[in-house]
Amino acid sequence: MNPNAARTWDEFMEGIWHQNPVFVMVLGMCPTLAVTVSVVNALSMGLATLFVLVCSCGLVSLMRNITPKEVRIAVYIVIIATFVTVVDYAIQAISLKLYDALGAFIQLIVVNCIILGRAEAHAAKNPPLPAMINAAGMGIGFTIGLLALGVVREVLGAGTLLGVPLFGASFQPWVIMVLPPGGFFVLGAWLLFFSWLARRKLRKQQAKLVEATQNA
Amino acid sequence: MTSPSNTPAAETNVIPIKVIPPTPPAPPASPAGAMIRTLGLVSAICGLIIVGAYQGTYDAVAANKRIATERAVFKVIPAAKSIAEYVAQPGGGIETRVGAGETAMVPGAVKFFAAYDAAGKLAGIAAEGGAKGYADTVRIMFGYSPDCQCVVGIGVVAMRETPGIGDKILTDKEFLANFTALDVKLKGDLAALANEVKAVKHGAKTNPWQIDAIAGATITSRAVGKAINDSAQALLPRLVPNLDQLAGKS
Repeated sequence: MNPNAARTWDEFMEGIWHQNPVFVMVLGMCPTLAVTVSVVNALSMGLATLFVLVCSCGLVSLMRNITPKEVRIAVYIVIIATFVTVVDYAIQAISLKLYDALGAFIQLIVVNCIILGRAEAHAAKNPPLPAMINAAGMGIGFTIGLLALGVVREVLGAGTLLGVPLFGASFQPWVIMVLPPGGFFVLGAWLLFFSWLARRKLRKQQAKLVEATQNA
Repeated sequence: MTSPSNTPAAETNVIPIKVIPPTPPAPPASPAGAMIRTLGLVSAICGLIIVGAYQGTYDAVAANKRIATERAVFKVIPAAKSIAEYVAQPGGGIETRVGAGETAMVPGAVKFFAAYDAAGKLAGIAAEGGAKGYADTVRIMFGYSPDCQCVVGIGVVAMRETPGIGDKILTDKEFLANFTALDVKLKGDLAALANEVKAVKHGAKTNPWQIDAIAGATITSRAVGKAINDSAQALLPRLVPNLDQLAGKS
């Protein structure tokens, strides 16, 4: 891999793992907690956000050299709002049931801080292709985050996965998992898990370092 | 905010205090022309994209809405094979409604659907109703049978009730049994319902116009009762005298 490609790959992976918007940066919590009651909702919300992220970052990046800094936020918001409107129409055309389930959270993608954050911090300073790759990484990371919550909440809260019953008729669904408190419980559990992973990695590195110094 | 006329005044205010370090010179402002040009360009591009998306999805969205309505009607009147949309005008009398969603309705007019079976015979009437539930308005569709003058089925159009509690109105068999023949007979003068449709406490149902509420979901059950009552009170006095207008259609 040449260094340029390696850098692009790193920027793509950044959003998926090291800077995951849900589990590391803890951004965009509003849709994360609200729509993850089922896998379908979580996946559609993630894909909608991914589309808006990639398209708006591409356009922001294309216009970065002719955007005066005084009006940049206005420009970003107009661009983001445009693609959110496109997604809004697209979801209505695909399925009204899904549209009702996601409710106002489709329109609220406009104020999702992940998107504005990407536009300001990355797309405004990079050419379109890297900007879109970075945005795609973030969007996929966000989708994975939503799915992680959605799978747990649907399985425990409704006893189904993608609408297919898993446990048979005698299973009493753990209703609180699809209610707002369940969102916080599951998010907290995931954050705990990832922080445990990070600490364990750190401890292993330190142990190795100590070993190395002792051997020396 | 960084217009040149403000800057000198701000500096003369700052200097006598002497404690605050001199502020760095404000970066040069971009020319207004460039801002207007960029904003105009962005708006034009975005406008084009939105119009394109609207045009591109219009037919699919309209078809989806129609299918959703048809499904809701077919659910409450199982014998139905086709539907026609009508409006009951505030002054009495009913009219066909063409181009749904485009013609504005007179305030106080009630929209309803006449459902016909495979032979073209009137199978029932479906209408929407809404009332405040636990979380938000519960909007329901109910089927009305002119033969027994009763409600023969309900479906939910939209609700945000608590999953597992309020949304039992869709699944609870005992609750749904209320709507096999819920009495909505009109008074002798056809001006209002003979008996107000009302949800009563679980197990307290004694009359055919009462709805036996779900224990634990009383508020949602009451909303269903109120939605049916309000809608039926508005619609049926105008509809029943004109039923023969609907029956002739094949």
